[in-house]
Amino acid sequence: MIREFGWIDVFYLVAAARWTIALTVAAFIGGGIVGVVMAVLRVSGIAPLRWFAFLYVQVVQGTPLLVLLFLFFFGLAIVGLPVLPWIAVALAFSVYGGAFLGEIWRGALQAIPKTQWEAGSALGLSFTEQLRYIIVPQAVRVAIPPTVGFLVQLIKNTSLAATIGFVELTREAQLTTASTFQPFAAYMIVALLYFLLCFPLTQWSRHLERKINVAA
Amino acid sequence: MTYTLQFRDVFASWEYLLQGVVTTLYLSSIVIIFGFLIGVICAAGRIYANRVLRMVIGGYVEAIRNTPLLVQLFIVFFGLPGFGLRFDATTAAVITFTVNLGAYSTEIVRAGLQSIPRAQIEAGFALGLSGPQVFRYVILSPALKMMFPALASQFILLMLATSIASQISVNDLFHAASIIQSRTFRDFEVYLVVGVLYLALALIFRVAFALIYKLAFGRR
Repeated sequence: MIREFGWIDVFYLVAAARWTIALTVAAFIGGGIVGVVMAVLRVSGIAPLRWFAFLYVQVVQGTPLLVLLFLFFFGLAIVGLPVLPWIAVALAFSVYGGAFLGEIWRGALQAIPKTQWEAGSALGLSFTEQLRYIIVPQAVRVAIPPTVGFLVQLIKNTSLAATIGFVELTREAQLTTASTFQPFAAYMIVALLYFLLCFPLTQWSRHLERKINVAA
Repeated sequence: MTYTLQFRDVFASWEYLLQGVVTTLYLSSIVIIFGFLIGVICAAGRIYANRVLRMVIGGYVEAIRNTPLLVQLFIVFFGLPGFGLRFDATTAAVITFTVNLGAYSTEIVRAGLQSIPRAQIEAGFALGLSGPQVFRYVILSPALKMMFPALASQFILLMLATSIASQISVNDLFHAASIIQSRTFRDFEVYLVVGVLYLALALIFRVAFALIYKLAFGRR
């Protein structure tokens, strides 16, 4: 029995947006933690740590997110964790986000002139103190616009979680399509919802970038 | 952890993997060429065309850049047949990815074109070059050099993103993985191997783009 595509379907799709948002937030927190570690390793004085972080970023950025998702999904059973989509999704997005955020934040850290580090060290500050009191406060200003830009990428890429059965916007659209046979309506509404989530962030990122360029 | 990874069955299906690599390369090459062309045309249009056309191109770029590729693919493959526009999976993938890459390239090319100082353009006209000549030699060539790294990374991201085509049954590298997985049940191993293959492709693309850069802009 095929239902009509009605308002109830629209409401369900809108409601599914909360899972997209929740997934984005989780991915941003997980990816942020990994990203901070990677960015700091990349500017640290110990060469093997720099190499490790470099390799991590290169490998993750050279692998499709889809492959990461499937690796984590099927890898869960191997390490004895329960095979639940949300665990795989959270892990895969943390790894993925960590590589991109790590690279963005490394760029921001390295945008600060070397003389600032040297001044800090001349004042007798340790590496972590230089980072904490001198470099990071200045780097944050540089880092915010591209970070917001990546957040948009993250929101869009959470759609891939649908492929391993995590119910968010895109998966909900697939389910709606399966019961109403109205793929165009379902996917267009979902596209519009993604647009409403992403476009303000895109504009904000652009605005912040302009502000920094004026200030600099 | 008592599980032992076994790759034998995966490598025994190397023909699927090879076929997948070929399809992924073929898909990416077409999309990169046409996506880049759309980027140049739309970027030029976004700067030099009249107001209406500028707004249309702006709308195109924003609509594409703020929605997921997967949803765009589903709209083209599952949604458009409702209006009588029916494509086979590969065509739908090529169309979607080209339109998608076109929007991203537009932004990159536009930024490159706008980075050319006005005085340089005026100098071109002062030398008696025509409008198209100025665009070709004074604006596009030096701008290309500047935007090449950004374009190259966008192209590599696109190549990786073509894995999404597997979701509408295009026989690409990722699809090969699902076939081998369903035949051998070596799921983790399959995706590990495919991940390494994608990584190798990304590396090959990076080297190729570096060579192209050297050939095109190295001497100057």
